[in-house]
Amino acid sequence: MNESLSTIFVNACLINNFVLAWFLGICPFLGVSGKLDTAVRMGAAVTFVLVVTSLSAFGIQALLTAIGAPYLSLISFIAVIAATVQLVEMFIKKFSPALFRALGIFLPLISTNCAILGLALIQTNKGYGLVQGLVFALGAGAGFTLALVLMAGVRERLDFAKVPDVVRGTALTLAVAGLLSVAFMGFAGLGA
Amino acid sequence: MANDESLATTSPTDEFLKGLWRENPTFVQVLGMCPTLAVTNSATNAIAMGLATTFVLVASNLAVSSIRRFVPKQVRIVTFILLIATFVTVVDYAIQAISLGLHKALGAFIALIVVNCIILGRAEAFASKNGLLRSALDGLGMGVGFTLALLALGGVRELVGRGSLFGVPLLWDGYQGWVVMILPAGGFFTLAALLLFVQWRKRAAKEVTP
Amino acid sequence: MSGTPHLEAPTTPVWPMYRTLVSVGLVCGLLIVSAYELTRPIIQRNKIAARQAAVLQVLPGAHASRTFRVDEAGAVTPVPPESEGEGLVFAGFDAQRRLVGLAIEAQGMGYQDVVRVLYGYSFEQQAVIGFRVLESRDTPGLGDRVETDPAFLRNFECLDVSLGADGKALAHPVEFVKQGQKVSPWQVDGITGATITSRAVALMIARSAATWIPRVAARRAEFRPEE
Repeated sequence: MNESLSTIFVNACLINNFVLAWFLGICPFLGVSGKLDTAVRMGAAVTFVLVVTSLSAFGIQALLTAIGAPYLSLISFIAVIAATVQLVEMFIKKFSPALFRALGIFLPLISTNCAILGLALIQTNKGYGLVQGLVFALGAGAGFTLALVLMAGVRERLDFAKVPDVVRGTALTLAVAGLLSVAFMGFAGLGA
Repeated sequence: MANDESLATTSPTDEFLKGLWRENPTFVQVLGMCPTLAVTNSATNAIAMGLATTFVLVASNLAVSSIRRFVPKQVRIVTFILLIATFVTVVDYAIQAISLGLHKALGAFIALIVVNCIILGRAEAFASKNGLLRSALDGLGMGVGFTLALLALGGVRELVGRGSLFGVPLLWDGYQGWVVMILPAGGFFTLAALLLFVQWRKRAAKEVTP
Repeated sequence: MSGTPHLEAPTTPVWPMYRTLVSVGLVCGLLIVSAYELTRPIIQRNKIAARQAAVLQVLPGAHASRTFRVDEAGAVTPVPPESEGEGLVFAGFDAQRRLVGLAIEAQGMGYQDVVRVLYGYSFEQQAVIGFRVLESRDTPGLGDRVETDPAFLRNFECLDVSLGADGKALAHPVEFVKQGQKVSPWQVDGITGATITSRAVALMIARSAATWIPRVAARRAEFRPEE
């Protein structure tokens, strides 16, 4: 399938938004969407790791295909993602302390984010090449950030709303996510 | 082993039962949300996902519990993840062999069981500190609790969205399904409603026995 | 708690770490490889059976099928049934081992994600004679009507894809029209309420037919049943 790069980007970012249509990365979406400021930083951190993962997943898959061991893909993906997150963390800490202060606490959280592993799996499944994979990762990251920022905006307002006590918490967040998901359905058909 | 048993304050049956309601991974701990929402657009998918996760939970709990004395703590998490990824790969191939259609319906979410926080959570919090029997029961209880939660979600969504359950039409002829329930948005709404119900029950229980 | 006392010491020896990781890695590798080897024949059999069922469905009257690879120049070679990749067509044969037609795969962007379809081509009628959706994530109840809507499916019972006089292109490219506006046999009637998906399906068949039919139409005799 030869999808154009813009289709891939729009598809990953809006039509099949990782959070709102594919349910990837729900945990950070529910957990870190309380404040607008943190949401933006988390989005940036995830996008960064997504891009790095896309590169390494492409490398791993090429290597595994070359040695004829496709059954090792899952176990290698997860090992490499865990290692990548660690490396990225050390790298940023050494070379850009400012960036580390901004993103630092989120990095360990990211290794258990299913959006990361999901990206590696979906990219392999669709047979994307290096550039297509990168664009896909950027689109997914942009979509994740967008969903997170929208959610944080709504939740900051909800803090001042009069809501029955029993509804507060996860249930309310999920209902808002449902509404956002309905809104994002309007993007379907953009790629056709 | 004797050391573990003396530490235990609960009976083995309780290890199993706690996962069903009191510490239900979905409704009470709110863990493993991604598969919970993604594959529950029909009751069949929900059950398949639940069973696959249960298998991985029990297998990884058993494995972790049996090697817990030999694993240095620096490499503990890595070892656990390796074991979990192995069991997930096995399940992935097993499901492909059982039914390609089911494998296609569940898609990447079978492989994503690896990052389901419930599994690593139980391995780290329970199996690495308890004996084989207790760990297996704990995994089984959590797995069954997770399956029941998925089934509740998948059942509601399929019934309202398509008017059927496990593909068998149940409602009257000419019932127009609420399409939104099968769509991603329906997953969020249904889970929100179920969580609300659980919260309300817990609150009601607290008021009766303060 | 887990672990023997010396492991809790501030400086952990490196040896146990390596020992653990290597032995766990070995056991994991062994488990994965044996699961893969055990399930591979079954999975392959299921895949072939699913493919065969789809082929027989889009070629009414077919009883058996055989897989061929056709390259860009049009050279036809029979390949094993589990083959994957570009350029595959599936020939269907009836009970008397006569060629019913070819099943060809097409794909394109649907309403929500990539849609893959399979359609049957009959040399005799120079027409598309069958159609089914292989994979689609389009909206249940709306987009998935391309799989169930009887009026839409009737489009593909006899859709004209005959070749022009020079035999290098279709006489009339397959066209998409809105529901109820079909006048010519090469037009596809859309579905109101699922316009985008039905148009996407019509377009992917149009595109695929325009490349494939001129390539294979003259090579009918080369699609022979298995001995």
